[in-house]
Amino acid sequence: MTFNIYDFTSFTTWIDQSLNSLMSPTLALITEMVIIGVVFLLFYAVVGLFLVYAERKVCAFMQNRVGPNRVGPYGIFQTIADFIKLLMKELVYIKDSDKLLFNIAPFIVIIASFMALSAIPFAKGLHAIDFDIGILYVIAVSSLGVVGILLAGWSSNNKYSLIGAMRSGAQIVSYELSVGLSLLTIIVLAGTMQFSEIVEMQSDGWFLFKGHIPAFIAFVVFLISSTAETNRGPFDLAEAESELTAGFHTEYSGIKFAFFFLAEYMNMFLVASIAATVFLGGWMPFHISGWAGFNTIMDYIPPFVWYIGKTAFVIWLMMWFKWTFPRLRIDQLLTLEWKYLLPINLVNILLMAFLVLMHWHF
Amino acid sequence: MNSFFKYFSDIFHGVKSLLIGMSVTGRYFFSPGQIVTQQYPENRKDLQMFERFKGEVILIHDANNQHRCNGCGICENNCPNGSIEIISARVPGEDGKPKRIIDKHIYHLGMCTFCGLCVKNCPSNALGFSQEFEHAVFDRSKLNKVLNKPGSSIIKGVE
Repeated sequence: MTFNIYDFTSFTTWIDQSLNSLMSPTLALITEMVIIGVVFLLFYAVVGLFLVYAERKVCAFMQNRVGPNRVGPYGIFQTIADFIKLLMKELVYIKDSDKLLFNIAPFIVIIASFMALSAIPFAKGLHAIDFDIGILYVIAVSSLGVVGILLAGWSSNNKYSLIGAMRSGAQIVSYELSVGLSLLTIIVLAGTMQFSEIVEMQSDGWFLFKGHIPAFIAFVVFLISSTAETNRGPFDLAEAESELTAGFHTEYSGIKFAFFFLAEYMNMFLVASIAATVFLGGWMPFHISGWAGFNTIMDYIPPFVWYIGKTAFVIWLMMWFKWTFPRLRIDQLLTLEWKYLLPINLVNILLMAFLVLMHWHF
Repeated sequence: MNSFFKYFSDIFHGVKSLLIGMSVTGRYFFSPGQIVTQQYPENRKDLQMFERFKGEVILIHDANNQHRCNGCGICENNCPNGSIEIISARVPGEDGKPKRIIDKHIYHLGMCTFCGLCVKNCPSNALGFSQEFEHAVFDRSKLNKVLNKPGSSIIKGVE
């Protein structure tokens, strides 16, 4: 077995081969699925807990505060304490609620983000499923979460929940369009929807630089619309705590609320990793074509670190948005999408297509 | 044509104002020295309260143990919840006439809401706020304080 932090392919093939030599191929496949599922569950929990902590710290620094600093050094165990508290809380039964849908809704939300996570390339060879339509799959699966949100609002038997869920539905249906179109701009440049190929093509420069102006516009549009798609501020009017108490998850308590909460942060992580993969080169180190020495130095940093760093940067950008901008009204939200982002996006795709046609990209 | 230009100027103005907002929060993020939160129990030794902080009402005494209170009782009248009691005494003055002085300026800290009406209305500016804020005691009676220090007298010329 050769374990190499720059290329996980040999490591994963070693696991595959040793499992296959131990048991029948079907059983080996099932075992591999279970292993990957457990790894993703652990990753999910760790990332979710860390992101909640990071959000609170970033928010605090942007408001000239200190943030959580009591539990552990610099408060790093604060979210673990919060999570234990949530686990021990009572699951309140809601009178006249639709019990089945009410209980299913958090799982739909969390499963949607789970499924999307499987198509993300984390490092070279560290990639659960490499679909040849990876981007399409991620867009399709991640928008399933809105079903869970709508069900949660509908089954809660609460007008605030329902209003929040309806707003969320309108918002995600609109902004899904911009997310898709801005990714389409890059697909035009890349000529493929497969994540591994997209990352591989950025080995001599990230798409943000390769596609210069239209890629940059697409990146900005993607940031805006993906922030809206994850129901985060300034587009958080699905939960709008000052108007709708908590929107669609008003009636949820304990671990079911924690599921919604985790799913929100996980969706943010997902969107950030898509942005990092498609625009910033994923796990690919920062390369400038022609500068061989510089590229070798950059190659010494492991791909996983590059991936986490870029994702963390995009997440930080989204937190920066949330803690700077005031919340939009529902009509402003839809105006922004249908009158501004969508036309800009369409023109941008044309521009990119022209650019690719004329070979004006790098 | 006009609305066409308005569309683009709207976009640019929007982006510009968003960037201004982001520059403010970004500056805060990268300069943690600006954090105003006091981490109280840790910095108890060197915590400096602000001068205008309303800790508790005091009768200001100078170095000679003299204050400016003549016992007029205006603070007592102005206190909305009766946390001030004035007990004045009469002593013969220099010209032979009886003169009113303060005997006990009783202040019930437990009833005080720190509104500051007594300090504001004192005609001779005798009262003030201290920056002391750790008021917790184990016995309620310790919250009843006599503000004029024993043996203190009024500054000449204030009455």
